[in-house]
Amino acid sequence: MPSLLEVKALKAYYGQTQALYDVGFDLAEGGITTLLGANGAGKTTTLRAICNMVRTEGAVRFAGKDVTGKPTEEIVRQRIAHVPEGRGTFTTLTVDENLRIAAYTRKDKGEIAAERDRVFSYFPRLKERVQQQAGTLSGGEQQMLAIARALMLKPRLMLLDEPSFGLAPLVVVEIFRILHRINEEEGVSILLVEQNAALALELATQAYVLETGRVVMSGPSAVVKNDENVRKSYLGY
Amino acid sequence: MEQFLQQLASGLANGAIYACVALALVMIYVSTDHINFAQGEMAMFSTYISWQLMTWGLSFWVAFVLAVLISFALGVLIERVILRPLHNAPVLSVVVVFIGLLAICNSMAGAIWSYLIKEFPSPFPKSSFGIAGLIGPHQLGVVLVTLIVLSLLFVFFRFTPLGLAMRAAAQNPQMARLVGVRVDWMLALGWGLAAAVGAVAGIMVAHIVYLDPNMMGGILLYAFASALVGGIGNPGGAVIGGFIVGVLENMVAFAGNQIEKVTGIYIIGNGEKLTVALIIVIFVLTVRPAGLFGRVVVKRV
Repeated sequence: MPSLLEVKALKAYYGQTQALYDVGFDLAEGGITTLLGANGAGKTTTLRAICNMVRTEGAVRFAGKDVTGKPTEEIVRQRIAHVPEGRGTFTTLTVDENLRIAAYTRKDKGEIAAERDRVFSYFPRLKERVQQQAGTLSGGEQQMLAIARALMLKPRLMLLDEPSFGLAPLVVVEIFRILHRINEEEGVSILLVEQNAALALELATQAYVLETGRVVMSGPSAVVKNDENVRKSYLGY
Repeated sequence: MEQFLQQLASGLANGAIYACVALALVMIYVSTDHINFAQGEMAMFSTYISWQLMTWGLSFWVAFVLAVLISFALGVLIERVILRPLHNAPVLSVVVVFIGLLAICNSMAGAIWSYLIKEFPSPFPKSSFGIAGLIGPHQLGVVLVTLIVLSLLFVFFRFTPLGLAMRAAAQNPQMARLVGVRVDWMLALGWGLAAAVGAVAGIMVAHIVYLDPNMMGGILLYAFASALVGGIGNPGGAVIGGFIVGVLENMVAFAGNQIEKVTGIYIIGNGEKLTVALIIVIFVLTVRPAGLFGRVVVKRV
């Protein structure tokens, strides 16, 4: 299967501080890949580096095109949807406006209404709240809106940063079920960063383990799941 | 009573001007967190441009539209050329640049058009109608024109994709980039729009205060007050704040005149209205620091 996203020798810096030393991985078209690691391992930074939101060196290729060093807004126009940590919504805009701004860059304006209906079929609760300000939604609903917003871009790749963060377990299960459906039904590839390693390994087909800015292990989820170090460090048994 | 209504009407006309300049200030503030001290001088410069176009033989409204368009372009240019390199600069550097911009606009206008005070025409017919005695045709025209401009802006920001993108960029620039909005261009557009709205205010007020390089000084002060009263982060609040301040200052002078008439004691009059208006503004801000329509922003530190 051809790689949708190829990351090679990725380095990233916050000011003088180097956060990534050598991160490389491939993401197959239509697959779900997860990045695991402790706090500060560089998971979030990797996602940010792909979209050039931090100072970056190395190579990022998306769908065969080199996107390294391009401005963030041009990279996401290649239909990469990034759902950042801590609910990526515009809190002072309404749900409706959040969804409209997400489709801002799309050329096929005629399709947007149909897209909205499809998004609402995943998240019926958002439909009830369509005129509400995003900041007044519950945490789970805001996360749903962030994912819905990402879908409005009709992405080929979704970068998800801690979608379970701060949410009730039942809500998390619901969101992960929807992510699974999105991957199956829409063929959207997903790169998932998640603290909840057990959940992430269940959803993903491929896993990479990061430690202090380097990939230290990789393989199919089923294999990584059974690795003794991973079990001890991240799964806790 | 009639005098009261006259004062009210002229307060609304002044308020319309303050509202425009206050809105221009707020538009730049919400997207950059900076107060553009040069906003008034930019508006003054725009007014001179329209005056120049009129002396070249264009009619008032053609000159008006052209001057507003030129101001828009100049606003975009200023952002792209002067402020772009300062995106990550400390606040003080930006403040210094704004003050420099103020001085440059002022002295350039003086150099090109001289410091002599010029008369500025009113486009509105002399003959008045209906509420004739209460509100002069120019004042009525000013209120109408600014209301039209403000409504157009409202529709633009509320209902067009570009307006939505600008609001998104102002609210959360990083997120806006992530949905593909070219945030840098949105900032430049915001500057253009602010300059254009300021131009409308300048051209409308020039007939009242006459045209000279220092014409906007006092008005900018009132506009600051308006924006603060309304809540500096709230465009609608700034507009309402403009009208409040405009009416308030006239009411202060009116009340002073009445007191003098009845008691013979002079307490306040036209000369003190700015002072009193500003005292009231400070009082409002003491009671409601975020302004009448502002929300208190809680920031995590």
